[in-house]
Amino acid sequence: MSAQKQATFKIWRGDARGGEFRDYTTGVSEGMVVLDAVSQIQATDANDLACRWNCKAGKCGSCSAEVNGMPRLMCMTRLSELPLEKPVTVEPMKAFPVLKDLVTDVSWNFRVKKKIKKFKPRPPDAPDGTWRMQQEDIDRVQEFRKCIECFLCQDVCHVLRDHGMYQKFIGPRFLIHVAALEMHPLDTEDRIEELRNAQGIGYCNITKCCTKVCPESIEITDNGIIPLKERVVDEFYDPFGWLWRWIKKKLNR
Amino acid sequence: MADYETHEHDVLVIGAGGAGLRAAIEASAAGVSVGLVCKSLLGKAHTVMAEGGIAAALANVDDRDNWKVHFADTMRGGQYVNQWRMAELHAKEAPDRVRELEAWGAVFDRTKDGRILQRNFGGHKYPRLAHVGDRTGLEMIRTLQDHGVHQGIDVYMEHTILSLLKDDNRVVGAFGYERERGRFKIFRAKAIVLATGGIGRAYKITSNSWEYTGDGHSLAYEAGAELIDMEFVQFHPTGMVWPPSVMGILVTEGVRGEGGILTNKEGRRFMFDEIPENYKTQTADDEEEGWRYCQGDKNARRPPELLTRDHVSRCIVREIKEGRGSPHGGVYLDIAWIKQKLPNAAEYIKKKLPSMYHQFKQLADIDITEQPMEVGPTTHYIMGGIHVDPDTQMSRVPGLFAAGECAAGINGANRLGGNSLSDLLVFGKRAGEFAAKFARGNSLGRVENEKIDNAARAAVEPFERSKGENPYEVQRDLQETMQDLVGIVRNKDEMRHALDTIENLKTRAVKVAVTGNREYNPGWHTALDLKNLLTVSEAITRAALERKESRGAQFREDYPDKNDALGKVNTIMRKGADGSMEVRLEPLPEMPDYLKRIIEENK
Repeated sequence: MSAQKQATFKIWRGDARGGEFRDYTTGVSEGMVVLDAVSQIQATDANDLACRWNCKAGKCGSCSAEVNGMPRLMCMTRLSELPLEKPVTVEPMKAFPVLKDLVTDVSWNFRVKKKIKKFKPRPPDAPDGTWRMQQEDIDRVQEFRKCIECFLCQDVCHVLRDHGMYQKFIGPRFLIHVAALEMHPLDTEDRIEELRNAQGIGYCNITKCCTKVCPESIEITDNGIIPLKERVVDEFYDPFGWLWRWIKKKLNR
Repeated sequence: MADYETHEHDVLVIGAGGAGLRAAIEASAAGVSVGLVCKSLLGKAHTVMAEGGIAAALANVDDRDNWKVHFADTMRGGQYVNQWRMAELHAKEAPDRVRELEAWGAVFDRTKDGRILQRNFGGHKYPRLAHVGDRTGLEMIRTLQDHGVHQGIDVYMEHTILSLLKDDNRVVGAFGYERERGRFKIFRAKAIVLATGGIGRAYKITSNSWEYTGDGHSLAYEAGAELIDMEFVQFHPTGMVWPPSVMGILVTEGVRGEGGILTNKEGRRFMFDEIPENYKTQTADDEEEGWRYCQGDKNARRPPELLTRDHVSRCIVREIKEGRGSPHGGVYLDIAWIKQKLPNAAEYIKKKLPSMYHQFKQLADIDITEQPMEVGPTTHYIMGGIHVDPDTQMSRVPGLFAAGECAAGINGANRLGGNSLSDLLVFGKRAGEFAAKFARGNSLGRVENEKIDNAARAAVEPFERSKGENPYEVQRDLQETMQDLVGIVRNKDEMRHALDTIENLKTRAVKVAVTGNREYNPGWHTALDLKNLLTVSEAITRAALERKESRGAQFREDYPDKNDALGKVNTIMRKGADGSMEVRLEPLPEMPDYLKRIIEENK
């Protein structure tokens, strides 16, 4: 049997107080992904190496990290696409506080989501309490609902990552969540005011970094954020639109 | 007693997949305070991996469908050892549970007239699975999660429960730790719902993640509850087999529902070679009829690829064993062939099976619109679990409820695809409802400090051993033992050998050592999960030895046929007074005549 191919991984080890990269060398077999290498190292050389993972198939969004500087899901990053003659660096997402090693504190995301107004459907369309929707009317919403909440888009968003505006901006993940609700054919809630103020949609200046890293290939900027920005503009800055809605409101009263 | 952080709730739900979330929502809606403990982050539980759909007789696609047919299909698939009452409730209530998801914001694929679309699946007579492409589980867990967080449920993410606390015979709390800092916590509650999912990590090749270590099964067993049907472990016929690092990852049955076929290396569609007696009248005569079925022809019968999972898995194993397998030890699953039938086949496949397309493209360099996939069986699900009352989901321990995969009874000897997501909803809701009711009628109990201190001491022992074994090695040896000796094909000698090995592994498990500190330490977590894995592995093996026949997911090469007498009993196990595992056979509950008639009418 020939000697198994080896590769070196520079993995960040540490916690909130600080840390450093440590080198680990491990065997490489066909089809391996970065998460396999991390698990192998964990099972042999570093039992206490902290790392989140669940499905190992790109469906749960747990194993987000930065591989050679790129925000990636470790389970979907194959070693064959990386230059293995150099060490592969694996480090935690930078936009969130480190808990330990590759694990970050993503609790801010859960708090943000809780503040977004929930789905509020119109009354059912049929006497049996069900609704009717055409497939073409839900294609866009289904695209947004593919989101696996890996938070890589949040990690790469410079408003959060570089400017730390966690109090004023909800980030691409939750703009997409709002978009999915706002464009849901059955939803009757109005979230435009919050989008402009508390949720800070204006801070996004459409650099599309989020779209580039989305493992689900959701067109975050073009299909989600830009249409939402247009809705905000229509609501607050278009005088005719404003007048029309005011009249409609009066008439409905 | 040491000072532990303590939380108090009326109802504590352990596990935050579909069943746990649904239970928490229901209990919370009933006005009681609810705590929800999840082993990972919220929304990452295994429900997220479910692909094909939720089985419910909505009759949106075929108006001949109704709860009676769904009930009969579920019982036939389970080889009639199911708890009939659970199968009945499930079939009757699943449609409401699906419609309720839509009211909470789920966006299912649509029929032409704008209703929820349903697809074909193994063992279901009519197209019955409400779905969203091949990511139905994600849609379901996200809908429940987003609905649940607005209900005032307290969520404890990345917490693991180590033991249940009892006051006399009633369960009154749970003791565990939070992952981040490794600190112990006490949860006091008037009622507890276990919704911890499965046991897949007991096997080497599995579709399950690290979390599925049989926690709920083991916690309930230790607390005095009974386990039922533990011999029935579902090996899903189609897991990935290549490359090695992805071995076991699930390939949805939806591929076959959309027309995918299984072939061996000779190109033969081997599923036509053996059709079980009780499915003969429901199975297509030839390939042409099978294709018509997948295209929605109501006069056609389903192709043999859509027979039940136990049977399909065994046929695949037979092909591989007899030398007709694919190069990497599987068989071929081909959906690309439908381009002979459909003009825009590639687009159709990408639309209907998007995550399968990406999974193979990214992980195996295979374009499934062009090439066949290589697949083989993977440990997927356990039909067995905590023995519960069918209506209330309460176990034999007062105040202790269970729902979803860790509870048992609805599936009998084999689960139909799609019946799991509906099971989670139907019985998650019931567990939440009755746990809330129980909580209203009871006060918080007394927790025994001494027991808690002992549990805490035992939990940190792996840190105190200077020399000890690596917990990952013990886990790996157990996984290999179960894979090799208590897998798809079983016999007495191998299982006896497995029991001896498990005994030996138990002594190794209490001597493992871990390095580092208690903060987010996976080595320590692996060490703590070993006990549960060993308990469920022993339960599976003892139950499988006791059932001296082949039925559903249990195939005994030393007893290759069904035994009518054993078709009338369930295996039940509980912890004996001396601490050993006791197994007994208990007659099935007597089915009422109206249900017997439904089964006859649907034969």
